[in-house]
Amino acid sequence: MSGVLLEARNLTKEFPAGRKKKVHAVSDVSLQVFQGETLGLVGESGCGKSTLGRLMIRLLRPDSGALLVGGDDVTHLSEKEFRKYRRQLQLIFQDPYASLDPRLNVRDLIAEPLRTNHTCRTKEELTQRVLALMEDVGIPGEYLYRYPHQFSGGQRQRIGIARALAADPELIVCDEPVSALDVPVQNQILNLLKKLQKSRGLTYLFISHDLSVVRHISDRVCIMFLGTLCETGRVDDVYQNPQHPYTRYLMNAILVPDPHHRTDRIELLSGEIPSAVDPPSGCRFHTRCPYADDRCRREAPKMTDAGDGHLTACHYPLGNRPGDHS
Amino acid sequence: MVSDRSRKIVREYEEQQKNAVAGMNASSDGSALAGKDAKEREEELKREIGEAETFFTLMRRLVRENKLAVFSAAVILLFILAAVFAPLLTPYSFSDMDLMNRLCAPSSAHLFGTDAAGRDILTRLLYGSRVSLLTGVVPTIMSMLGGALLGVIAGYLQGIVDAVIMRIADVVLAFPSMLLAMVIVYMLGDGLVNIFLTLALVNWASVARIVRAQTLALKETEYVEAARVIGVSRTRIMFRHLLPNCLPTLIVLFTLNVPSAILTESSLSFLGLGVQPPNASWGLMVNEGRQYLYNAPWVSLVPSIAIMLIVLAFNFLGDGLRDVLDPYQKK
Amino acid sequence: MESKTLEIRNLNTSFFTQQGEVRAACDVCLEVQPGQITGIVGESGCGKSVTARSVMGLVRYPGRVVSGEILLDGKAMTGISGKEACSLRGAEVSMIFQEPMTSLNPVMKVGKQVEEALLLHRKLSKKEAAKSAAQMLEKVGISDVKNRMECYPHQLSGGLRQRVMIAMAMICSPKLLIADEPTTALDVTVEAQILRLMKQLCDAGTSILLISHNLGVIAQICDYVYVMYAGRVVEQADTMTLFDHPAHPYTRGLLQAARSLRSDAEVLATIPGVVPNLLHLPAGCSFSPRCGQCQEPCKTSMPDMLPAGEKGHLVRCFLAEKEKQQPVEAI
Repeated sequence: MSGVLLEARNLTKEFPAGRKKKVHAVSDVSLQVFQGETLGLVGESGCGKSTLGRLMIRLLRPDSGALLVGGDDVTHLSEKEFRKYRRQLQLIFQDPYASLDPRLNVRDLIAEPLRTNHTCRTKEELTQRVLALMEDVGIPGEYLYRYPHQFSGGQRQRIGIARALAADPELIVCDEPVSALDVPVQNQILNLLKKLQKSRGLTYLFISHDLSVVRHISDRVCIMFLGTLCETGRVDDVYQNPQHPYTRYLMNAILVPDPHHRTDRIELLSGEIPSAVDPPSGCRFHTRCPYADDRCRREAPKMTDAGDGHLTACHYPLGNRPGDHS
Repeated sequence: MVSDRSRKIVREYEEQQKNAVAGMNASSDGSALAGKDAKEREEELKREIGEAETFFTLMRRLVRENKLAVFSAAVILLFILAAVFAPLLTPYSFSDMDLMNRLCAPSSAHLFGTDAAGRDILTRLLYGSRVSLLTGVVPTIMSMLGGALLGVIAGYLQGIVDAVIMRIADVVLAFPSMLLAMVIVYMLGDGLVNIFLTLALVNWASVARIVRAQTLALKETEYVEAARVIGVSRTRIMFRHLLPNCLPTLIVLFTLNVPSAILTESSLSFLGLGVQPPNASWGLMVNEGRQYLYNAPWVSLVPSIAIMLIVLAFNFLGDGLRDVLDPYQKK
Repeated sequence: MESKTLEIRNLNTSFFTQQGEVRAACDVCLEVQPGQITGIVGESGCGKSVTARSVMGLVRYPGRVVSGEILLDGKAMTGISGKEACSLRGAEVSMIFQEPMTSLNPVMKVGKQVEEALLLHRKLSKKEAAKSAAQMLEKVGISDVKNRMECYPHQLSGGLRQRVMIAMAMICSPKLLIADEPTTALDVTVEAQILRLMKQLCDAGTSILLISHNLGVIAQICDYVYVMYAGRVVEQADTMTLFDHPAHPYTRGLLQAARSLRSDAEVLATIPGVVPNLLHLPAGCSFSPRCGQCQEPCKTSMPDMLPAGEKGHLVRCFLAEKEKQQPVEAI
């Protein structure tokens, strides 16, 4: 794997929530995305994974911490100075119904990034580029002048991908790109994303709550809980040998589509996710963790390397026991 | 599933591009030939993938799908023609009094009867439509344009710009609109253009307020965020994504504001600040007929019906336009 | 033979849109046996939710149940008066929805909402109602019930809200609970909890009709499964048989798609083509244009539900006989 394309250093983002209260959406997160890889970002709703994704492409500005694109610190650049990086960092949205302007046809939708970047000189050239992009993502050219609502969810997601590609990006943040789709369609989109990555050398930051999807598409994975990272590593290491108790509970909760492997007896995580407005002290997972003790309540664990780039933020990692999941 | 068709089209385009370049370098005959070729290919492409919607295809759809809207457009056009050609349509003068024939009921000589000064109501209606149509439409368009622009800017930029624009709008809205209009007319002096300005200055604030609220909602949608990711400039987001999606609201506002502008003008005229007698406007005529509602109802009734007709026509036309412009109605 | 908790016979539910009749549920026959969890699985738009809503009389305009019989515990639910239907709903059969956020009244305390059904159907005193509401909330796994009953819905997390919904649905101890994608909006760890709760409810005697697009959910808790495609049931079997010996090409496609995600396959299995538009269904078998084994009769006529091997395994496919022996190839 080659160099670091995108790096987050101690990013923190808080949103105001009513009087004097704050949602601690992302707290002190550091992570690196390498050129050409797919980094999965897994967590439950409200854990801050979408916020982190938006911070990583500077759609949101962090309250503190730094963002580096290819080694350049872009945290404090003005909109104008950032423009040359903007093209490199694109986003695919979760909801293919809400992320396309209903009043623009496919041609205008895909042409928009081309226009903004002034990559085409003539109208014909523009149409030609749009048609080529449509072909790349598998939308027939005769749909050029159709409107978003005339497409199915999967096709809209393809249009969204074509838009992202039109900017000729280095990295695409995929924010739950398949969670609104049925499984066969989801698979089509995942295949497409993989194919495009190969042909264009793209880097993905793939955000999802679906562990199976992330396992399939990612090279490395980050597990997030309540605004903090709890585990990072190569997909196989994390899935087969989870170090953080939360990761193991996540793995246990996977619903296997096989009635012979019912998870009736596997231990489930009890309780609910604590509120991000008033997160627990110390390790944020301690309220639900069966292994928690006083140290966990007092002191937030740091990310420590168990070897081989497999990092865990836990005072008492599970060690090298194989996980309970099959 | 990659369509062979789109692949073919792309290939043809590439060839066309090549031909065009080759044509430039070749002799003049050659370039003409290549040019013709390109045109043919373009036609073929259009046949394959259809065309983007233009103003004319939109209008064609309106005509095909919404007969009521077309009829309404015809009514409006008829009123406009009548206003323009008023002198040719009636033998009477709008200002000459005929005290022998005061408050005549409708008859063959006076189709809609006469008013308290014996003037032919039809004639005054025709001449009055010049003022009323203009005061209905022109200031409304002015206030819509200004209000929508300020509203979308305030909503999208927020911060200090928003605060300044909206506080001014609040002040305008807080004043009784009649009082404000009187003050402005008093300062500007009377005359049709000043009336237009006055009405626009009174009405923009409510438009701005509504458009701002809608902008705030639209701003949070993912497609606006998507545009930001792509790097679309703020101006383009406002004009390309936000304003078009406010359009349904704007059309409804327009159909509501036209009649209110016609009526405000009549109130101003009534107070002596608008159209000066003996000139006619519909609002003025309704007012003049108020005292004779019992014994000569036609004096008020006829201009009232005219106002109603034009308002209805604008309403139906607005509905039709909204449907035609709605992407969800497109097949 | 034991009486069925729910029996649907030849249900047809259509939406009458401007473009024509959309047959959302077409000749649906379905049974829920007492004490079982019966699943309906299919992609979005396949008619699974419409079938459930038809049972509850909740089909939205412009849709309506055109024909068919719905029997609850042997009693007809179709063709009875609105009043009778109301007393059946909530007391004998109740439903929970996908969005626990929007299905609760935001301005009413959670406890009161749970009590409401009791006050309506059971005519208990307020004190008794509050007591049994508290018991019910405890039963669905809510801790600290006393305080939680005084909360408004927005103060609860998604999982808790879905538990409250289940408590509301279960409060009159209905014979049948219809769950329309009950865990789709929930997080993975909470989803597993809710599914376990539903399994417990079923063991305690409530029959459940579970609608889901997720084969994982179906495999984990259902006893019997119906697969729907384009408004029709295309396959039905007990869960083990369906997952071990799927007979319909569509079911096989769904299963392969779900399983390949868990394999090390570089390219994931998909089903070619797209779900057909219900307005323009293909002639013959709706799945024929996407089917790898499509033959001549498939293009002209719709197959009936034919037996395929195991008892109670029916499949809407001409190839049922041939396919029944082949286990699904492991990927």
